[in-house]
Amino acid sequence: MNSQHSDTFEPRITAFVCNWCTYTGADLAGTSRLHMASNVRIIRLPCTGRIDPLFIVKAFERGADGVIVSGCHPADCHYTSGNYHARRRFAVFHDIMQFLGVDPRRMTFSWVSASEGAKWKDVVNETVANIRELGPYEAYRALAPDAVEPWPEAVDGLTPAGDQEPAAKEVAS
Amino acid sequence: MTGPAIAPAYAGVDELRRVARELLESGEVRVIIGWEDARRGARPVFITDPAEADKLIFDTRCVHNLVTYLDPRRDHVSELGRIGLVVKGCDAKAVAGLLRESQLSRDHVVLIGMRCGGVLEEGELPEPLALTPENVAPRCYGCDNREPTLTDHLLGEPQPEPPRPVMTIDERVAALDDLPLEERWAFWTEQFSKCVRCYACRQVCPLCICERCIVEKTQPLWIESAAHPRGNFSWNLTRAIHLAGRCVDCGECERFCPVGIPLSLLNRKLQQIVHERYGYTASDDPENAAPIGDYRLDDQQEFIK
Repeated sequence: MNSQHSDTFEPRITAFVCNWCTYTGADLAGTSRLHMASNVRIIRLPCTGRIDPLFIVKAFERGADGVIVSGCHPADCHYTSGNYHARRRFAVFHDIMQFLGVDPRRMTFSWVSASEGAKWKDVVNETVANIRELGPYEAYRALAPDAVEPWPEAVDGLTPAGDQEPAAKEVAS
Repeated sequence: MTGPAIAPAYAGVDELRRVARELLESGEVRVIIGWEDARRGARPVFITDPAEADKLIFDTRCVHNLVTYLDPRRDHVSELGRIGLVVKGCDAKAVAGLLRESQLSRDHVVLIGMRCGGVLEEGELPEPLALTPENVAPRCYGCDNREPTLTDHLLGEPQPEPPRPVMTIDERVAALDDLPLEERWAFWTEQFSKCVRCYACRQVCPLCICERCIVEKTQPLWIESAAHPRGNFSWNLTRAIHLAGRCVDCGECERFCPVGIPLSLLNRKLQQIVHERYGYTASDDPENAAPIGDYRLDDQQEFIK
């Protein structure tokens, strides 16, 4: 499906991860020099219980093609039960989004512990492959074609485009 | 025979008027909230004078969920004093929802439960009509609480089951579920694009209890407030998931929607999800914990990698 996208299309993926497990796991993947797709922008939060389903909606609104939500395995939550609450919330969210016509492959949910750098690499690569297959999320962007805010483009240089432009500040001062 | 059949009022109206009068005369409550017959059909009424208790009615036009007046957002109502509230089974579930979430003190309200045999889809009629598959409120079919248990007074006679509507809500949900993903997306975005963001669905809901709704928070602006398809999608999705495992299926949001968005399909789907995943069904037992905000160690997680 949509294989015409596979060559030129670079998916934009937002990852909402918990500070204690997945963020540390992703850090481990980095320090271990694991090769993985560079399409994912990570947003670190204290806990999966802090991740409101609206974050995902907002990511799609801002032009994300896919979203990852990841945190501590059951029984590992730094706050005892945040991930259990999140599990119920996202189960319901996952099902209702499907009812509304959102492809469930656009949203990846995973448990990645601090020692699972390799698993994080797999989650990222699988998600990127899935989104590559699905193509850009044009259906969501079509809801407000003129209103999608620019996404930081510089994936290769690792510097989001927004960070390169201090000109406005200088004028102000 | 011409025209639809006129239905008599449900049994128990005389008792209802007597109980209401006694409650007001004894000072046990300061106000009775029920339904009255007005020029345009049944409508909510606040009665404070015992002599006016005979205004109260209960028939198939009594569609309104009066529990919305107990909502903590409406503290000017609770300031009237102790309230006597007339409830159907579905309304009693909403009272249980407020009690479950500590939004209401049980002492503050005297519940007058009515045995109900279903209501019409629309209550603005000069006469109550007999229920038919065409005019019955679809949610009444298969109702499990036609005799409320969360009451102080239970009035009326046991009623027969309401007729099966031409198409039940479950059948409509199943028909949507059978569509391919793209067509479901097209259906819902089309429906939501009609939304004018009047927030009537929120205002009438007895369980939309936030003092300050997320949609009114502008720093940061989580949900775009302009009535365009993207903000509308976000709003309607958020309204629905905030009611997940809490909605009692009183149907007021859909009935109030001025542009006819089929919100009951969304609500019913969420009810099915929490039932399938967590075995939860909304009831009028306040001790029955709601599924969101609760958890079990062995909850399903087949969608998590």
